[in-house]
Amino acid sequence: MKSKRPSIPYLGWMLVFTIVPLLMVLYYAFTDKAGNFTLKNFVNVSDYSHIFLYSLYVALISTVICLVLAYPLSFFISRCTQRKQSVIIMFLMVPMWMNFLLRVYAWVLILQTNGPLDTLLQIFGIHTTLINNTGAVIVGMVYEFLPFMILPIQSVMSKIDNSLIEAAQDLGCNGLYVFRKVVFPLSVPGIISGVTMVFVPTASTFLVAQYLGGDQLMIGDDIERVFQFNHNTGSAIALVLMVVILGFLVFMNRFGDKEAVGR
Amino acid sequence: MKKPGQKIYLIIIMAFLYAPILYLIAYSFNNGKTSVWKGFTWKWYEALFRDAQIMGSLKNTLTIALLAAIIATILGTLAAIGIYNFKGGVRSAIQNISNIPIINPEIVTGVSLMLLFTFAGTMLGFEMGFWTVLLAHIGFCTPYVILNVTPRIRQMDSSLYEAALDLGCSPVKAFFKVVIHELMPGILSGFLISFTYSLDDFVITYFTRGARFQTLPVQIYTMTHQRINPKANALSAIMFVTILTLLIISNIVTSRKDKEAAR
Repeated sequence: MKSKRPSIPYLGWMLVFTIVPLLMVLYYAFTDKAGNFTLKNFVNVSDYSHIFLYSLYVALISTVICLVLAYPLSFFISRCTQRKQSVIIMFLMVPMWMNFLLRVYAWVLILQTNGPLDTLLQIFGIHTTLINNTGAVIVGMVYEFLPFMILPIQSVMSKIDNSLIEAAQDLGCNGLYVFRKVVFPLSVPGIISGVTMVFVPTASTFLVAQYLGGDQLMIGDDIERVFQFNHNTGSAIALVLMVVILGFLVFMNRFGDKEAVGR
Repeated sequence: MKKPGQKIYLIIIMAFLYAPILYLIAYSFNNGKTSVWKGFTWKWYEALFRDAQIMGSLKNTLTIALLAAIIATILGTLAAIGIYNFKGGVRSAIQNISNIPIINPEIVTGVSLMLLFTFAGTMLGFEMGFWTVLLAHIGFCTPYVILNVTPRIRQMDSSLYEAALDLGCSPVKAFFKVVIHELMPGILSGFLISFTYSLDDFVITYFTRGARFQTLPVQIYTMTHQRINPKANALSAIMFVTILTLLIISNIVTSRKDKEAAR
């Protein structure tokens, strides 16, 4: 039991299937088709900067909507009995277990022209296109990732003791003050992991924009497109995406630590 | 959920999560391809089961998920034990590298493995297919096994293993009788997470599958990309019912166990 040896197969595995592939991305990103060193791929990446910004924008809006929807719900759930909580959580998780493409496809059917929502709006005299725009992409993202925001927030909130809230009320706090001084600070770790779990996959996701966004693609879709004809530029875009996401994770981590110290 | 407002809010969120899936299921019984209701039919289900390609990809998906989960569980459990015996800095460095596939955007993992397999393929003369998908799946499943097993190792009393040795167990027998027994809950949840993640993976499979190998999520992509396909609705219905049944069963089983433990 004190031996390090059992980990040897996996250490080898990590070298071959985690480290080497990432080094290959690095190599392709800094070389041209002939294998000579170049920075030209990163100049090409700048052609995609608007798509990068668009992806971050969609991710930001989707994350904020998820947070606004999830936060009160998580609090309500966390005040239920243990038994009730686990049943509600189970029902929140069922849709998550469905294949993600089928869930996006469901929204294609709902939002399509002459689909159910469109027909409904036409009855009220509203003629608009519901699909193939940024709004549809955001709806799809919120639908995909909302449970990822609810679960971590609910899980930290369920640990907040009711007597803590009652004590604050007994000491003369009004509802808003209790929230600001008790509930909110204790829920910050949940918010941080929820925001991370929604933002990262939304920013880098692949296919949701192809299904719901029309011509406006996101960076994940572009990586796939570019890789079909140019591994070098594709690798450079993937590398930049990775750095952006890692930077975001480091930032969220720091933010979490600071909050923890501040308490 | 004491106030009616809270209940209504929960119902609205649940409706948002379930309505698209129920709509999808309802239209799997529609005798027509558009969103106009043309009468009840089972024909899409018949077509689904008669589709040899879909059934073939279902078989591939289950084979890959089972093999990947078994191998990842063995590899990950051994790795968790070994890694635990490294000290401080080295240990956290190994854990950080091990977590890369979890943290990194899926699309980056996907393209990096594609670069590796294309390169190795041209060197060694093989094409991407079943084996490359299996390797990729083991790669992203193993970190989850390690994350689930490591806390159990931390909780385990190492004197148990030594006691077994003192009582005359061979190290191998003590390992299986004591260590594996103690770690079992972590091993089991690692296995289940691996199995479900592998079943559902689209992005990484998409980049490592080569030209011919199909899994169910890839099949769903070809079925639903830029077209309406009622067979996909029928498939959603079957998946939904399966998931719901499994989750309800597991919920009942755990709540019974809790009750017994409480007694």
